[in-house]
Amino acid sequence: MATELEKPGVATQEEGPVGRWGMVIDQDLCTGCQACVAACSMENNVPIVGEDDANYGRYMHWIRIERLWESMEFPEVKMTPFQPMLCQQCHNAPCEPVCPVYASVHSMSEDLNLQVYNRCVGTRYCGNNCPYQVRAFNWWDFQDERIHPELVTLHNHTNPDVTVRRRGVMEKCTFCIQRIHKAEDKAKSEGREVEDGEFTTACAQACPANAITFGRLDDPESQIHKLAETNQSRTYQALEEMRTMPRITYLKGGV
Amino acid sequence: MTTIAKPFARPHGEEHEEDPRQYLMHDPLPRGQMNAMVMESMHATSPIFWVITAVLAAIVVFALGYEWYVLIMEGQGTAGVTRPDYWGVFLVNTVFWIGISHAGTFISAILRVLKVESRRPFTRAAELMTTFGLVQAGLSVFMHLGRVWLTYWMFPLPNQRTIWPDFHSPLMWDLMAITTYLLCSTMYLFLPLIPDLAMARDRTEGGWLKQVYKVLAIGFRGTEGEWKNLTTAMNIFAFAIIPVMFSVHTIVSWDFAMASRPGWSSTVFGPYFVIGALHSGMAAVAIVLFLLRSTMKHYKYFIRPEHFNTIGMLMLLVSMAWAYFYFNDYIVPWYGGDVWDKLLQEYTEKGPLGYLWYTMLFCNIVVPWAILWNRKWRETPWLLAIAGILINVGMYLERYIIIPVGVTVTRMPFTWRQYYPRIEIPMTIGTFALFLLLYMLASRIIPLIPVWEVQEGQEAHLIRKIGKAEISTLSDME
Repeated sequence: MATELEKPGVATQEEGPVGRWGMVIDQDLCTGCQACVAACSMENNVPIVGEDDANYGRYMHWIRIERLWESMEFPEVKMTPFQPMLCQQCHNAPCEPVCPVYASVHSMSEDLNLQVYNRCVGTRYCGNNCPYQVRAFNWWDFQDERIHPELVTLHNHTNPDVTVRRRGVMEKCTFCIQRIHKAEDKAKSEGREVEDGEFTTACAQACPANAITFGRLDDPESQIHKLAETNQSRTYQALEEMRTMPRITYLKGGV
Repeated sequence: MTTIAKPFARPHGEEHEEDPRQYLMHDPLPRGQMNAMVMESMHATSPIFWVITAVLAAIVVFALGYEWYVLIMEGQGTAGVTRPDYWGVFLVNTVFWIGISHAGTFISAILRVLKVESRRPFTRAAELMTTFGLVQAGLSVFMHLGRVWLTYWMFPLPNQRTIWPDFHSPLMWDLMAITTYLLCSTMYLFLPLIPDLAMARDRTEGGWLKQVYKVLAIGFRGTEGEWKNLTTAMNIFAFAIIPVMFSVHTIVSWDFAMASRPGWSSTVFGPYFVIGALHSGMAAVAIVLFLLRSTMKHYKYFIRPEHFNTIGMLMLLVSMAWAYFYFNDYIVPWYGGDVWDKLLQEYTEKGPLGYLWYTMLFCNIVVPWAILWNRKWRETPWLLAIAGILINVGMYLERYIIIPVGVTVTRMPFTWRQYYPRIEIPMTIGTFALFLLLYMLASRIIPLIPVWEVQEGQEAHLIRKIGKAEISTLSDME
């Protein structure tokens, strides 16, 4: 008998509201090409930290492709399928209550986790409390040439729609909120609701294998709902046992 | 007025009579002479003192001035913190210094309330540790912040946009608790200091110091009414500060226990941290008493083996309690068998930093249990100081294992990285130097021995001969 927890489906736990924006990531389709990582960095002005810091774990990508050894013993050498890991936009986000200055807050209208850069004082508690470890901290000033000119690599090609962050603030995936707002503004001026598939995030747009699908979670006819229904046996959410109610549903790979 | 009579405690089976004059309370000196001794101990300085002060000041200027400037101007990248280890040595220092600061309150408030007589000569030295330790803890929090120049956003200040700090956050509770504790402990340091400041005022001939004493002693003349008010105020504070002391380290532990991380999310963290704080604090008192006794003039009269004996017994007791709580904190996740807890325990014990874990157990359990069971050894100051240093090393490692080692194991194995402190090392040395510097300078201005408390105790203690036996009696002055 399937318990409540094992019930497959998109991220719509009964105790929480449905949520507005969601994502389905098919691990069978993901080839690990890192196009989403590059596209996200370009779209969101994510700094390039350099070799030494990246080796030390200070990469600031908002999305990363995870792959782990399942078994390293010789005949049974096996790796897990690629898993793009980004902010899960939890409904029950552990990062939110721990911020002392309300820099990490929940958007009630979009049902997203927001990070208010200019409110952040850099206690890094949210990064500590995030079970997915998808928050990135600005270790240096990546946009200010006065201190470390060699770190400033994105002079003239920053996206004007996205804030550049200074040192000492936390940042994370926003589900490309600038694109959401653009589409909402357009829809509002035309007097309608945003349609599913009208726009997509940078990572989903760049994915050559269409492994990432972004769309409306509150529209039962949307692409992500269809994907989750047709692949019901493969759906799961990352760290379900934490009861964070993430808005991203994974489709298990290699089954 | 009640009188309690008790024979001298002496080792079992030993027949020889103990000399009662080895106890400070039974070795009274005229009040004027004792006051003069304390005043002289403040004024007698050797060139070595000023050399050490200058070296410490240079370290403070470099480590807390220049290095902190670099940290603020360049960013937290100069520190060793990285993706899973968002919290590093700065918070280890915070917890460590708050721990050190606990001993002062414990000794001066709890032992005062319980009327432990041997506390009398060293309450001030311990209280001063509380205040100066909290200064280091506060500074370490500010070092940790990514944008320290915006710290005031964490204070509930009225502002135009009506944004209040988020009281859901354990960090806010922490800020409130540490601020309360700092204010309370400073006031509690000040109250018993008033009669001694008045004494120093009357024995200082002119100069700026006289003016300082004049202001700080708030016109205390020693009348009956003034003493009555002072005793009432101290009684209220002694009882009120005990829950503050327990709550502050419990709340510090909640910074970790409230987080949903393997190894941190533990219900025993509150009492475990309080005991850990007392463990390092008691050990620090032993070190400070040893240093005072061996460097300050006339302090061999005030601080005697019997006081090291008291501290040693407390250290042993606290060490046993710590071992009990550590066992609790260890066995429950181990038995629970949660995969992340198990991985964390394996990493802590068998990982590249496993030697830290074994050193911690050795310093925190083996050292005190091996040294402090013997009264002769407890009464040897240098041995107690060595035990104190080792216990503090162990307690520092305990915090290091909880914070940077503990956060290495996250629920996302992809992010596992080892943490190496960078700019934290000089800045940690800086906090130690600042602590010593403040203490050394204070020892020139503040009488570190609460003279009036010693004199009051000596008044209350008497040797009475009952038959052939000499009995120590203690009159209750209240």
